[in-house]
Amino acid sequence: MIRLEKRPDPSRGWSLATPVVAVLATMLAGGLLFAALGKDPIVAIRTIFWEPLFGEFSFYYRPQLVVKGAPLVLIAIGLSLGFKAGIWNIGAEGQYIIGALTGAGVGLAFYPTESVFIFPLMVLAGALGGWAWAMIPAILKTRFGTNEILVSLMLVYVAEQLLASMSLGLLKNPEGFGFPGSRNLQQYDSAHNAELIAGSGLHWGAAAALIAVIFAYVLVNKHMTGFHIRLTGDAPRAARFAGVSPARLVLFCLGISGALAGLAGLFEVSGPAGVVSIDFNVGYGFTAIIVAFLGRLHPVGILLAGALMALTYIGGDIAQSNLGLPSAAIQVFQGMLLFFLLAFDVLTNFRIRLGASEVA
Amino acid sequence: MKLTTLLASAAMALGLASGAMADDPTKVGFVYVGPVGDGGWTYEHDQGRKAVEAAFGDKVETVYVENVAEGPDSERVMTQMALEGADLIFTTSFGYMDPTINVAKKFPNVKFEHATGYKRADNVSTYSARFYEGRAVQGVIAGHMTKSNVVGYIGSFPIPEVIRGINSAFIHAKKVNPDVEFKIVWAFTWFDPAKEADAAKVLIEQGADVILQHTDSTAPQAAAQAAGNVVTFGQASDMAEYGPFPRVSSIIDNWGPYYVARTKAVMDGTWESVDTWDGIAPGMVGIGEITDAVPTEVRAEALALKDAIAAGEYFPFTGPLKKQDGSDWLAEGETADDGTLAGMNFFVEGLTGDIPQ
Repeated sequence: MIRLEKRPDPSRGWSLATPVVAVLATMLAGGLLFAALGKDPIVAIRTIFWEPLFGEFSFYYRPQLVVKGAPLVLIAIGLSLGFKAGIWNIGAEGQYIIGALTGAGVGLAFYPTESVFIFPLMVLAGALGGWAWAMIPAILKTRFGTNEILVSLMLVYVAEQLLASMSLGLLKNPEGFGFPGSRNLQQYDSAHNAELIAGSGLHWGAAAALIAVIFAYVLVNKHMTGFHIRLTGDAPRAARFAGVSPARLVLFCLGISGALAGLAGLFEVSGPAGVVSIDFNVGYGFTAIIVAFLGRLHPVGILLAGALMALTYIGGDIAQSNLGLPSAAIQVFQGMLLFFLLAFDVLTNFRIRLGASEVA
Repeated sequence: MKLTTLLASAAMALGLASGAMADDPTKVGFVYVGPVGDGGWTYEHDQGRKAVEAAFGDKVETVYVENVAEGPDSERVMTQMALEGADLIFTTSFGYMDPTINVAKKFPNVKFEHATGYKRADNVSTYSARFYEGRAVQGVIAGHMTKSNVVGYIGSFPIPEVIRGINSAFIHAKKVNPDVEFKIVWAFTWFDPAKEADAAKVLIEQGADVILQHTDSTAPQAAAQAAGNVVTFGQASDMAEYGPFPRVSSIIDNWGPYYVARTKAVMDGTWESVDTWDGIAPGMVGIGEITDAVPTEVRAEALALKDAIAAGEYFPFTGPLKKQDGSDWLAEGETADDGTLAGMNFFVEGLTGDIPQ
């Protein structure tokens, strides 16, 4: 008989091994799925994981990994701070949208003036927009004790409605023949978040993601606020005795994750996407939750996890096109990753024991 | 080396290679916004892809990627297809417009075809269908079939194509039934069965007994079937599985002939950048079978209208027509020009509610 026994302390080894084991298990189960669909599983797995990195056209795909991974990492870093302290911001998608709207709004307000100050102003506006949107659940929680999970999630749908309204009204391109969507910021030099080195995929959003990783690492490990975050997550009562103000921590964690999500939105709308459109958001805010957990809420882990998620997206599209795999199969494949991660996570806190349970 | 140069030279090399080997199949790529099993918009584009395969057999190789988000993801998918040697790429959603133009710049030897947009280039054509012709036929049937005089309309996004459809359906419903009233719900999605079903239920609760949809799933059909006494029309695809009732007719997008012709043009080296906007006459817009649930004289009237449109004897937007605010639009006998239709952002007189801004 197999049973689970709680470990006295979480296993450090399993905590690090779980993501790797989860990826391997996903490859195995995914391979079976692809085989069941009549595709060669080895070729399919190779296409997803190998082709973007080392294949014939990797010179194009590698920069795309940066483009796809940067917003995921930027958002996930912010979320991880709150998650460590048990503060659940599920609405990063909404903060991402608002950041894009406020940032792009500032840029478009200056059109067609060219100035070096416009882009920094947009960055500021993007961060502020995301921060302000996250302050709604934060203040409602600290003032009235509402549940930040529900409020932040519901605000995603409000943000989507605002996005639609902006694309159809205020920010609509006056030269767009009545079609929805703003002017293309890629064609407005002062507002364009261009690649820092041509062909590298490295735009300001990627730079910001790297800075956020370092910042979060220092904050969590060397700073008092980071200690308070960890303490609150591990032992809320002890934290209160140590003088941690729960309200201030909520405001800090939601604020910073909102600001980072807003930044991600701004960098996306002024760079790779270019336009504010009704379908601007594609779920980065939700995928970042997976990235945060896949990366064990650790800044470096999140960087790796973001790269891995980006890889499955890009490789998944290649597999669809080259092998004729349906997109649903790719989505199942990505879903398995989180499923296996959570499943194997059990081993971090529990030990598997074989044999009958002893009488205590 | 700059990426653009690199991409261009890679494309050039591929272009030369395929030119040198005439036996190489022509590779045609399709980028879809929804799943191929949506039973509507994307399904019909995929039928078009299959028609290309059927027409050319071994001489052609088709690839597709479904559920591609509009924006940077679509740009990556198109680039990937071009890199992998596609000669012709169909991008089948309005939001792919700027990405298509961007990628086309990098691959001057690859031909692109963008559906429903307005930006062209030397290697980018645009194409769309005059769905409003089909809406006119639906309007006639809807006007006759409604007993409550309330017709529900599920709009996707308030863009000219959708507004044109609403206006066309309303004008023709009103002609046969002066008391008819349209209730419009904006779903803000092209494909979301749950949202579409909710929209249909809301409309039914508000007294609508005919529902027109400009979204791609069959969820509104199912909602109408559950309600029992509500008439629907298939959208983009025939949706015949919901006939003979609630689905009494449909507008069918028929992309196959166009896709075959354009692929042939690439093979022959005669491809040119054009703007195609075809309707019922060339067969790009089809009217699905009008079922027995519709009275014989109504069916005859609808078919007569369809024939008149196909023959060029009747134009759905013919004056006298006023805009919603009461201002004059078209004088007696005047017809709307394509420019106005392409950018239509107003309702005609008699429609209630505002276009979301």
